[in-house]
Amino acid sequence: MNKLIEIKNVRHTYQTQNGPLPVLDGLNVSVPEGGFAAVVGPSGCGKSTLTRLIAGLMKPDEGEVWLHGERVKGPRSTVGMAFQNPVLLEWRTILQNVVLPLEIVPTKLNRKQQEDRARYLLSLVGLDGFEDKRPSELSGGMRQRASLCRALVHSPDVLILDEPFGALDAFTREDLWQTMHQVKEKEPFTGVLITHDLRESIFLADQVIVLSGRPARTQFLLDVPNTGRRTLDDLYTVQATEMLHTLRHQIEIAQGRAAA
Amino acid sequence: MRLRSFLTPLIAVVVFLVLWEALVWVMGWPDYKMASPSDLGPAYTRYWELFLVMGWQTLWRTVVGLLLAIVVGVMFGMVMGFSRTMRDALYPLLVGFNAVPKATVVPIVALMFVGMHDFNTVLIAFMISFFPIAVSISIGLSTLEPEYRDILRSLGASQTTIFWKIALPKTLPEFFGALKVAVTLAFIGTNLMEIVSPHGRGLGALFDSGKTNSDYPLMFAVLIALAFLGIVLYYVVVALEKIFAGWAERQPG
Ligand SMILES: Nc1ncnc2c1ncn2[C@@H]1O[C@H](COP(=O)(O)OP(=O)(O)O)[C@@H](O)[C@H]1O
Ligand SMILES: [Mg+2]
Repeated sequence: MNKLIEIKNVRHTYQTQNGPLPVLDGLNVSVPEGGFAAVVGPSGCGKSTLTRLIAGLMKPDEGEVWLHGERVKGPRSTVGMAFQNPVLLEWRTILQNVVLPLEIVPTKLNRKQQEDRARYLLSLVGLDGFEDKRPSELSGGMRQRASLCRALVHSPDVLILDEPFGALDAFTREDLWQTMHQVKEKEPFTGVLITHDLRESIFLADQVIVLSGRPARTQFLLDVPNTGRRTLDDLYTVQATEMLHTLRHQIEIAQGRAAA
Repeated sequence: MRLRSFLTPLIAVVVFLVLWEALVWVMGWPDYKMASPSDLGPAYTRYWELFLVMGWQTLWRTVVGLLLAIVVGVMFGMVMGFSRTMRDALYPLLVGFNAVPKATVVPIVALMFVGMHDFNTVLIAFMISFFPIAVSISIGLSTLEPEYRDILRSLGASQTTIFWKIALPKTLPEFFGALKVAVTLAFIGTNLMEIVSPHGRGLGALFDSGKTNSDYPLMFAVLIALAFLGIVLYYVVVALEKIFAGWAERQPG
């Protein structure tokens, strides 16, 4: 299969007031078309930096980032992003918020078609009836759903999610995991998900990448077997427990609490 | 609901006037110590033409000064909000400039541009009121969470697009907060110049002539007229805020 996202030997150092801070050192990530990779690692190890590299928001000091067989040199409209902070614009309705990217990227859709597309996505994540509400009228989980719709409205090839469910309570989070699976069926994308929830990583992704402590390199790769349509019950199988255990151990190594 | 929001302040004003009248009457103060509301009526009827002409002078100069303050303040605010270096460079200068009491600047400006009364007055109104606007815009822009920028930047949006679509609207509530302060300050600026200038015009000059002629009811009448103009301008800003930044208001309940 062809690799849609390819990160080769990336190295990056931030220049801070306290001197240089190396964050990435020998990072390799590759995600095939339609794949969904979860990235886990100690806090502050450079995960968000990785998302900014893929999105073309910054350039690495060394190494290469490729999307679709093209070297990433700057932002491109084939990328969609969502963060832990849903960053919805309070002066726009939910529908207008979702339409926003279509006002930036070139599109053949007229105004009506853009809104129809946004309405369709909102109904896909269970937000029908909330189109004309303001963001502050929605719960945290609903805002995150709207944020997801905005990230998808321009049909990006690559969806980058930086701890999107990190601030939600456990049950809301599980609801959103299931929504993610439904969305991916209808709106295929190649995804990179940053998370610190190991259960989330094996429930959503088909590949889990464990990063080492800062400066981050690829420390461990776990392939999550394709078992067809996943349900929350799958998380309570022996197989899942074993995967979680392996990942837990790798995180401890990354944190420097266990020997490799 | 609307009736109440209109009646409550009206009643408050009436109560205030009654208390004022009662205080002057109880203390037995003569006119030259403290005029009472009942003295104001005659002052307005005697000089109503002057009040209209001078009130208009004061109003337009304040508004022009304020508009200048908005244009220049927003420009400074943008420069400081987008560039850390410019913020570090300009902030101390602005703070120092703002710290100079404008009462000392008034005679200097009056001497520098002698005979240009309109210009001088507008200039002082502008100088005194642009600082809060510049600060609010620069803080609003520099505290914009990076994610807000990134959702548009990751799609290839230009800085200008990001400014119009996100940074500017997000800063509007702070801007209007500052504008309310600036309105009051601009009035102070206008009046300082009008009072100090030897052949001034406007309500400040009217106040000064009241002082020269020991016409105390006139002086008080000017104060009330100034308060009235200030209130009108303030509520114009509030109305604009409702239109352009009404979304920032918390829905009650
Ligand atoms: N623009 C920046 N300038 C300087 N240091 C930064 C910058 N962005 C992030 N860092 C630092 O780099 C490290 C990695 O950041 P980040 O990629 O956000 O980590 P993570 O998302 O894994 O928590 C952190 O220590 C952070 O403080
Ligand atoms: Mg992060």
